Amino acid sequence: MNSHKNAQMSFKLFIGILLGVLGIMTFFPFLWMIFSSFKTNAEINQIVPSLFPKDATFDNFKELFFRLNFGTYLKNTLIITACSFIGLLLNAMAGYGFAKFDFKGKNGLFLMVLATMMIPGQVTMIPVYLLLNSVGLTNTLIGIVLPGLAGAFGIFLFRQFMNTISNEMLEAARLDGASEWYIFFKIILPVSRPILAVQGILTFIGGWNSFLWPLIIANDEKYYTLSVGLQLLQGQHGSNYALQMAGATFMVIPILIVFSIFQKYILQGFNVSGIK
Amino acid sequence: MKKSKSPYFFIAPAVALLLVFSIIPIFIAITISFTDMSLAGLADFSRIKFVGLDNYLNIFNDKVFGQAMFNTAYYVVIGVPLVILSSLALAIMINFGENKFFSFMRLVFYSPSITNTVAVSVVWMYLYNPTIGLLNHLLSFLNIGPIMWLTDPSTSKLSLIIIAVWKAIGLNMLIFLAAIQGIPKEYYEAAEIDGANKWQQILKITIPLLKFSIFFVTVTTLIGWFQFFDEPFVMTKGGPLDSTLSVALFIYQRGFQYNKFGYAAAGSVILFIAIIIVTSIQMKIQTKQKENEG
Repeated sequence: MNSHKNAQMSFKLFIGILLGVLGIMTFFPFLWMIFSSFKTNAEINQIVPSLFPKDATFDNFKELFFRLNFGTYLKNTLIITACSFIGLLLNAMAGYGFAKFDFKGKNGLFLMVLATMMIPGQVTMIPVYLLLNSVGLTNTLIGIVLPGLAGAFGIFLFRQFMNTISNEMLEAARLDGASEWYIFFKIILPVSRPILAVQGILTFIGGWNSFLWPLIIANDEKYYTLSVGLQLLQGQHGSNYALQMAGATFMVIPILIVFSIFQKYILQGFNVSGIK
Repeated sequence: MKKSKSPYFFIAPAVALLLVFSIIPIFIAITISFTDMSLAGLADFSRIKFVGLDNYLNIFNDKVFGQAMFNTAYYVVIGVPLVILSSLALAIMINFGENKFFSFMRLVFYSPSITNTVAVSVVWMYLYNPTIGLLNHLLSFLNIGPIMWLTDPSTSKLSLIIIAVWKAIGLNMLIFLAAIQGIPKEYYEAAEIDGANKWQQILKITIPLLKFSIFFVTVTTLIGWFQFFDEPFVMTKGGPLDSTLSVALFIYQRGFQYNKFGYAAAGSVILFIAIIIVTSIQMKIQTKQKENEG
């Protein structure tokens, strides 16, 4: 029995070491990026590279904000990210509707929602551009946010979670005369905190990272997002790796911080193991 | 459950948005694909001409589109199994331990998934740089190289696949991990009493019980790789010699760079049909497996 325990322990240790090595390999590009953002461009271009900067400098970040327009891009990105949380609420509502009600056309509508997952962004790209163009919403922040508000994956995850909420609780509230909206906001949403956290993080990530659609819709630099700005930087300062690394670091770090704070909720909300 | 109008109020906003921005656009795309719509047609609808199947006939004779189809098939065939196997393996490994180290590893492996492709490409462009890049520098210690990662057509696709797999593992790993943790511990305890080792437990308990998650991940990953776009768009623009051009990138370039909306729409309809076919094959396999289990 003891040797069995020992074997178990050494097996766990082996897995731990293996994970550690793979983990370092996985995270290494980020480490390199972060350290490089404090290097001068001359140092990055040396043939023999080293991880740590010799004379750390903030110049790259200063240049992004004082000489380039990263302040504006940041503002746009934050506005877009904030607006996308309206979509989170709409998805939660739809998930609740599909999970807890019987109504005519429910299965058909839900299938339609799921089917939208199969539609490539490239199919809808041109028509949506034409639609928004015809109502004058190209080159606006609304035009950037609107098409992405509702999402099938989000609705699906909400439905999966809300299926598990007990019907008795809702019936009891209805007998007490609670309105449907009251039930949704005062019972359903508080109970759904784990899935709200997951979706909230995904929404934040999605908004913060949004790239292709803003690129298509925004022609004017004052509507650019951070990722569009970074792409522009890549084109204009292609050989200045240090500056690009600083821009990339600025995009990546907030996401990593937000995620590490909320990550314990992520797992609970991700269970798609059975369709109920 | 109560039958009333209220469910419609709950689902209406999201369903309406999906209708306007996902469902209706398909029909618009199909319509446009039969026309010669271009930038001129955007300003003045009367200049759009119906051309029947011309776009489809032309696109199937377009060598570049053929190359894009081949590349996309290559991405799918190599990328999908790589993503599924590596995220499943990592999830099983992470599930072995419950201490801080293992939950920290979760964060580490998830981090590429949540980061922006443009930002990530900046770093990888450097790592892949043939002269000052770190990868070739490290390989030179092993007397390998220099490899022309992104600039040689024979390695360019694989170089992009490496990044995309690195990015895709995190999300799928979490889906698997959530499912693994939903498996009752008693199953493993019973197997242990019967003398099953860890490897047997994984094959006989974990994998079979993960069937739905594996199916879910396979379908979403397949769809994702069919639409592979960000990495080639940001890093190679489809080059060198169209070796990394995906169908999705082809559509974007014809549509928004050459302003050939009709032609691009035809390409997008073909991509959509390909996705429907492959997804329904997956669904068929899944239902057949279910029937066999009785």
